[in-house]
Amino acid sequence: MSLNRKYIPIVVTILLFIIMFVAGSFRYTGFFSLQVLMNLLIDNAFLLITAVGMSFVILSGGIDLSVGSMIALSTMVSASLVQQHGWPPVVVIPLVLLMGAAFGSGMGAIIHYFKIQPFIVTLAGMFMARGLCYVISIDTITIDNSFYTAVAQTKITLPGGSFISISAIIALIVAAVAIYTAHYTRFGRNVYALGGSEQSSLLMGLPVARTKIMVYTLSGLCSALAGVVFTFYMLSGYGLHAVGFELDTIAAVVIGGTLLTGGVGYVLGTFFGVLIQGVIQTIISFEGTLSSWWTKIVIGLLLFIFILLQRVLSARGSSLKR
Amino acid sequence: MGKIYKHHLFWPLSVLAALLLFNLFYSPDFFSITMHDGHLYGSLIDILNFGAPLILVAIGMTLVVATKGIDLSVGSIVAISGAIACLTISKGADQNVMGLILTSVLIAVGLSLFLGAWNGLLVSVGGIQPIIATLILMVAGRGIAQLVTGGQIITVTSAKYAYLGSGSLATLPFSIFVVAAVLVIALLLTRKTALGLFIESVGCNPSASLMSGIRANGVILSVYVFCGLCAGIAGLLLSSNVSSADGNNAGLWYELDAILAVVIGGTSLNGGRFYLTGTVIGALIIQTLTTTIYMIGVPPEITLVVKAFVVLAVCLIQSDSFWAVFASRWKTRHYPGEKEGIHHVS
Repeated sequence: MSLNRKYIPIVVTILLFIIMFVAGSFRYTGFFSLQVLMNLLIDNAFLLITAVGMSFVILSGGIDLSVGSMIALSTMVSASLVQQHGWPPVVVIPLVLLMGAAFGSGMGAIIHYFKIQPFIVTLAGMFMARGLCYVISIDTITIDNSFYTAVAQTKITLPGGSFISISAIIALIVAAVAIYTAHYTRFGRNVYALGGSEQSSLLMGLPVARTKIMVYTLSGLCSALAGVVFTFYMLSGYGLHAVGFELDTIAAVVIGGTLLTGGVGYVLGTFFGVLIQGVIQTIISFEGTLSSWWTKIVIGLLLFIFILLQRVLSARGSSLKR
Repeated sequence: MGKIYKHHLFWPLSVLAALLLFNLFYSPDFFSITMHDGHLYGSLIDILNFGAPLILVAIGMTLVVATKGIDLSVGSIVAISGAIACLTISKGADQNVMGLILTSVLIAVGLSLFLGAWNGLLVSVGGIQPIIATLILMVAGRGIAQLVTGGQIITVTSAKYAYLGSGSLATLPFSIFVVAAVLVIALLLTRKTALGLFIESVGCNPSASLMSGIRANGVILSVYVFCGLCAGIAGLLLSSNVSSADGNNAGLWYELDAILAVVIGGTSLNGGRFYLTGTVIGALIIQTLTTTIYMIGVPPEITLVVKAFVVLAVCLIQSDSFWAVFASRWKTRHYPGEKEGIHHVS
């Protein structure tokens, strides 16, 4: 085996995506087209953006449960400010992003300085953000602002006749920037080091506090951005948007081959993890007779397989070390 | 006496007392208990009755948390258990036959035991992080519950099944007795046998426990099975209270409320010492909070914001670093050695 062991999970993820896509293409007519592939990106743009932020959190050895609620809060704040207060989108969107980043950094600071588990702090953040949605309004706020509808309806035609939405392009840019950040910047290395061992990073003199807070800030920013994209997608703000979304995101990251103990994984894997979730949904909608709950069961099954795979691989790794 | 605030029940009890005191001033009706047709009615009874499933789930969760684990799948198990019981009953010709009710309850309980064992095996033998191992069942379990109910709400018209969650025994809701029974069994098992010590030991250090002759895997497996059982019974209570099973929403967010109750009760998520009575009080706090918010007419959705602050406050109170920050601020004298000590606590 010339393949480096650390690449096995990500190779499995990519192979699985290809196999599922090919299987779908053979089974259903009209499945094998560039447009279906593009639709995967269009329909899962917000999932991709959130999952990218989550990848950094998980790589650093933490977890962020607040992402789904943050998305809902972003849609709610955008909708309320644009629709009910008549603010221009140019002001609202940066404001929402800033809010997400501030929210994330607040959670990061509590996690770091008071040494409370990320699970509990982000759980509180999740309740808080979801509750704040209802403080704004209990009902759906529909957006008919010209800027939002224009962005939502814009289709960028690609050579070959297929099209892609602005949201998908934003998601692709986010993923590309994240891959660069994770592997070619000092911050990225710090995140991996922190996930490997916090104690060692501290002893090595790495900026643990800054990195940790930055990671949660980044995740907050990403989920706020995902919220903005979600607003384009749904054209409404609602407190029940993206309920349970944090689990989809974590599942995408795990299926992408990232170890939940931190320190191991690739943002590219997350990208394919998101696409695999998209393919499952597409296959189920093509099948027609299957109900939506099969998505959950299949994703649960995939989670199980990937966790087992990681377990086997890491067990082999540790036995080698001995 | 000066150390009373150090007692593990001090903070949970004071929060509960503060909530009740608020209600006493805000709505004096809160404490009135009336008698109708041999049943007791009142807000306090409601809190106990509606809080029963949460208390059950939280009791199971406490033991899991004590082993440094966490069980995210309880909400899904609640849904599956209720769904399978209602499905079995709805298939029967006469829904009031005692045999049918017993069969359905047994199937539901058996299935929850199996699901708990699945979690336990993944964590103990599989050696997978508890959050992840139970995440599988949390995601897939919700799907399974929806599969069982066909995505719809299964309604049953069985008076005998409804008794479980809404009937009353000796003027009190029957569910209270179920909770009390489970609590007493759990307390006896953990405090009167060595099992409690084993659980705490495994939570503190699994490998050291193994070295000292405790079968860590067996202990971990059994707490997850117990947690599954508690969630299963909670699912039965919940579904029988409304005589229907909803695969989509039953038990949704129960895992979070249960973890919250455990943490409020003083059990640390880092494993080790656990407090079953604290957990029960924690669950009662959550339920009282919900009832209070309903009663004072604030939109019930605001509960979430209040809960967020309660979680944060409780965690900060329990955090050593939080107190260290204040301690170092209030102190006038500093010793060089002390400073290092604070920084090395992790």
